[in-house]
Amino acid sequence: MGKAEVLNVPVYLDYLSTTPVDPRVAEAMIQCLSMDGVFGNPASRSHQYGWKAEEATENARGQVAELLNADPREIVWTSGATESDNLAIKGVAHFYQRKGKHIITSKIEHKAVLDTCRQLEREGYEVTYLEPNSDGLTTPEMISDAIREDTTLVSVMHANNEIGVVNDIAGIGEVCRARGVIYHVDAAQSTGKLPLDMDAMKVDLLSISAHKMYGPKGIGALYVRRKPRVRLEAQMHGGGHERGMRSGTLATHQIVGLGEAARIANEEMQVEGERLKALRQHFWSSINDIPEVHINGSRDHRLPGALNVSFAFVEGESLLMSLKDLAISSGSACTSASLEPSYVLRALGLNDEMAHSSLRFSFGRFTTQDDVDQAAKSVRHAVEKLRELSPLWDMYQDGIDLDTIEWSAH
Amino acid sequence: MAYSEKVIDHYENPRNVGKLDADSDNVGTGMVGAPACGDVMRLQIQVNDEGVIEDAKFKTYGCGSAIASSSLLTEWVKGKKLDEAAAIKNTEIAQELALPPVKIHCSVLAEDAIKAAVKNFREKRGE
Ligand SMILES: Cc1ncc(COP(=O)(O)O)c(C=O)c1O
Repeated sequence: MGKAEVLNVPVYLDYLSTTPVDPRVAEAMIQCLSMDGVFGNPASRSHQYGWKAEEATENARGQVAELLNADPREIVWTSGATESDNLAIKGVAHFYQRKGKHIITSKIEHKAVLDTCRQLEREGYEVTYLEPNSDGLTTPEMISDAIREDTTLVSVMHANNEIGVVNDIAGIGEVCRARGVIYHVDAAQSTGKLPLDMDAMKVDLLSISAHKMYGPKGIGALYVRRKPRVRLEAQMHGGGHERGMRSGTLATHQIVGLGEAARIANEEMQVEGERLKALRQHFWSSINDIPEVHINGSRDHRLPGALNVSFAFVEGESLLMSLKDLAISSGSACTSASLEPSYVLRALGLNDEMAHSSLRFSFGRFTTQDDVDQAAKSVRHAVEKLRELSPLWDMYQDGIDLDTIEWSAH
Repeated sequence: MAYSEKVIDHYENPRNVGKLDADSDNVGTGMVGAPACGDVMRLQIQVNDEGVIEDAKFKTYGCGSAIASSSLLTEWVKGKKLDEAAAIKNTEIAQELALPPVKIHCSVLAEDAIKAAVKNFREKRGE
């Protein structure tokens, strides 16, 4: 029996949504809160409370820089990847607007990128939203074809948060650098899980988030390249912290948490990655004999612990209802009268029904083989039960092509 | 999303799941909804010579509320005359299952399904 089963709580398989804080991270954070800890303001220059706090945040800056193989002076603290994305995209677009007002991104970016681009469109910028290939990947060639004279910025993510596929950011970086375009990467899902090397990769800006890598929520960072130097227009004005790029008193405990999370990831990434990949493969081999089950997105280029699967002829929300013992997320949000299938799955070319029948499983540091076995067992049971109930499954088994039916859309 | 106890009961123990012979003279079939919208209901009724529904079966692709709405409907229509069955209102289903506003469309679909099944039966009989 797994631990979750003993405690009678659902097994947590939603690590792409957020991760629990690693106990080692929590311990480091606790040291930075109360009177006997490092509670000072890192900007206080006149006493040792401030000096100690500054030492702690600068130590964390070094830990994050090491994880990215970057210079600590290239790390800017933010409140998370959403803010990092906003700062990078708006900051570059505004700063370089005399050079041009064209931005390139992909249709399956996180909303923090897409909605920021929409805002820039309202301000008069032009944005190209690239359609990924059927594997969910945006390639260097696609970028190369889309770059124009007036393009200032490309923003294409590393690992996708819904389907877990991983783009060739080194390749995209080469194209951008050769064409004199700044390249921003949303790496919220890949930092600490996949190797990142800012010295080797031609990435100019990179967003990270602590709560996706066993750190606390509400803290993140933006990597901003110094050589060649990338300039940004600040979005948050005030005391001039973070070299004027992001004002606001540094959240010592949060920053220390992110630093410790980065340190642990740097040490354990490889072993953990291999373990998670083995769990993912074990999970898939335990369910792939169910008929009409499909993996969404590339099989080869993906995060070690993430899998998005469509179960044809059953609907996602009812599937989730049957999987109360699992904490997972579905590809459709049936919360309004007009059911909205995921824009990511749609962009991959999935039809609405397949998008509605998809589930995202993501494994992480505290996932055990027992958890995965329980998930596979529950999924099999739920799919069988719901197909028993499904008129579409009936028709499929009778050899009826569902595309030939005229449905009464409502 | 929190479901009412009645929805959960119907979802976990759906009543009258199955299929009747659609080609039979005394069976009416109603299929409504669309896979792209996330729900499809197939409701079938078997009608005796007195015009009373003596059996009903359903299969539904959709969320828990859609499954519960159609399961409940099969219970309600059994023993009813065709006109009575066709007069069942979505609001009665929604109320019985305590559906939240975002799930009202599931009860509308169930009302459409029984109306379609009755219509299909009557067309077969040349009524
Ligand atoms: C790819 C990606 N970008 C950005 C974000 C937003 O990160 P945060 O929650 O730190 O603002 C997330 C997580 O939700 C994400 O998965």
